[in-house]
Amino acid sequence: MFAWDLLANAVVAGLLLGGVYAAVSLGVSIIFGLLDIANIAQPAFLILGAYAVYVVNTAFGVDPILAGLLFTPLFYLLGAAVYRVYYGSFERRGEESLRGLVFFFGLLFIIEVSLSMKFGVDYRLVQAGYLGKSLEIGGIGIAYRLLVPCLVGLAMTLTLYLFLGRTFYGRAIMAVSQDRLALRLMGANPVHIKTVAFGIGIAAASLAGALIITITPVIPSSDRDYIGRMFAITVLGGMGSIGGTLAAAMILGVVESLMSTFFGPSWAQAVSFGILLTALAVRPSGLFGR
Amino acid sequence: MRQPWTRTIVDGALAAALTVVLLLGSALGALAADPIKIGFGMALTGGLSANGKPALLAIQIWKDDINKKGGLLGRPVELVFYDDQTNPATVPGIYTKLLEVDKVDLIISGYGTNLIAPLLPIAIERKLTLMGMFGLANNEKYQYPNYFQIQPAGPDPQVSTAIGFFELAAKQTPRPQTVAMVGADAEYPQNALVGARELVKKFGFKTVYDKTYPPSTVDYTPIVRAIKATNADIVFVASYPPDSVGMLRAAHEVGLQPKIFGGGMVGLMFTSVMTSMGAALNGVVNYDFWAPEPVFMAMPGIKEFLKEYQARAEKAGVDTLGYYLPPYSYALVQVLGQAVEATKGLDQQKLADYIRATEFNTIVGKVKFGKNGEWAKGRTLMVQYQKIQGSSVEQFRGPGKKVVLWPDEFKSGAIIYPYASALK
Repeated sequence: MFAWDLLANAVVAGLLLGGVYAAVSLGVSIIFGLLDIANIAQPAFLILGAYAVYVVNTAFGVDPILAGLLFTPLFYLLGAAVYRVYYGSFERRGEESLRGLVFFFGLLFIIEVSLSMKFGVDYRLVQAGYLGKSLEIGGIGIAYRLLVPCLVGLAMTLTLYLFLGRTFYGRAIMAVSQDRLALRLMGANPVHIKTVAFGIGIAAASLAGALIITITPVIPSSDRDYIGRMFAITVLGGMGSIGGTLAAAMILGVVESLMSTFFGPSWAQAVSFGILLTALAVRPSGLFGR
Repeated sequence: MRQPWTRTIVDGALAAALTVVLLLGSALGALAADPIKIGFGMALTGGLSANGKPALLAIQIWKDDINKKGGLLGRPVELVFYDDQTNPATVPGIYTKLLEVDKVDLIISGYGTNLIAPLLPIAIERKLTLMGMFGLANNEKYQYPNYFQIQPAGPDPQVSTAIGFFELAAKQTPRPQTVAMVGADAEYPQNALVGARELVKKFGFKTVYDKTYPPSTVDYTPIVRAIKATNADIVFVASYPPDSVGMLRAAHEVGLQPKIFGGGMVGLMFTSVMTSMGAALNGVVNYDFWAPEPVFMAMPGIKEFLKEYQARAEKAGVDTLGYYLPPYSYALVQVLGQAVEATKGLDQQKLADYIRATEFNTIVGKVKFGKNGEWAKGRTLMVQYQKIQGSSVEQFRGPGKKVVLWPDEFKSGAIIYPYASALK
């Protein structure tokens, strides 16, 4: 007899994971999808955010998600500063393609090694009252460890969706990805707009780092586990589409969960990336790409 | 005026003595300034650095200890090491540089199976004595006689992780019948699973779940739920640190309560994981190599080593207690040092012959190597986490929290069975 409860649990676990994947990929969606900047260092900012949360959680017992939120302005400024350096050194001179990529690779290694030097290489975890607990609704178990990060991920997605669609800065960010000259003619400075967008992308990564360390322990090199997923979700969803990022993240989460439950976890990522390749073969611009 | 002949003889003798003293002095001076170099690569960054860095600290402590005692053969010991980044591709380059440019006298391996694998052929080609650090079954294929491995896996390393676990399970009443096993798609877990399958047959259990997962898995809830659906009596897990934590958390969230749970979960013995997981560890029966139980604390030199290690650990950013790998890393260089002293030289073949024939006294007890350079008699422990409360690190310093259940000669307490009873 088919285990329907197992199926329902697998789908719910996949959706919860998808919410977290969406949060992890939002920054890439903005920086890579909208600004067309191949920021390979994005997962390093994710782990940097996780470590910032770890410090505050360990020292003061602050909830990891709240700590993540508190750090977002700082990471926004950090992101803005990184973009200014990148712009001044590479983009302005039209050397962003290969040298820019090397710049971000370098940044990734610098962040990773700095974390190793400062915190060592022990696995770091956070404490929160809801970790290890779960609630049961109609035979479906939902772990708070996943539920809370998923809800935050969904809130982040919705906020960014509304911001990009309904505010001046949001629309300007959408515009800068399409036509810089037209944006300049409308009286907006593309460099300023891109600085804001890059800052938001890094702030999103740092908050996603808080979600990650809530779910699983991290070490400085954990960033390598996420680099593939981040870019895959962004491409599958359609470059720069926030809604598409969420849909792609949910698809990957549910597929991974179903494969893990019914066919063996070894197949989970292979099938997920198989779906990515198939989807791109049929629709090269991604699910929601224009 | 001619000097008396006696004066001439005395002058000559004095001049000769002075020459000898000067020659000896300069030779000794040259020797004193010429250290014995021990070279190695070590995972100081990357996935295995959580073990590589504590291993390095232990080796550095040994170097300081031995130099305080006058070094080896009267010469100071110097360590020459490079970060292998947990990347096996860096190993041939590192050791070629160590041997050709740095001209090291002795080599030891870095931490772990994957990093030893590319090193063994180099040692074989150059006929070097190689001390291996925690490699699982690296020498099965080569059977190189001059390789010696310090992890106490014993002559049959593939079953070493799991044998105590399944032997304990088979002794329990009511006897468990069914087994679910799961592990990461990586070298160590795969080896451990091969051994576990062999043992399942040996003890007559029935396998109801046998799957692997990719190491980059983020959430383990679906896997644990699938295992729970099989209603297995025994759940054997062969995992690396992040998966071990993920599995254990998911097991608590899903309510997975087999009769016996654990086996080959790497990382549960790390101080940061023990303090973070706290009471969630209770009841887990897992492999280990060392525990602060009286029988291990009584071994000569261990208390002094741990005191020094723990004093330096925080500054070095490594595991605070150092109960897993560091004592064995120290023992590894102890063996090499004792062999150098005993053979009175650095001849690679003489060193290997001596190490093969000798029983060594180390801070982890007596070490004797046997088949394929593994310990002649395995000593992989099976411990159970018991009565852990909260996240205080202090509780883990003493006995009673990581109770040794197997083998009998090191047993320090009784198993709490079934698993659910330990959670109360």
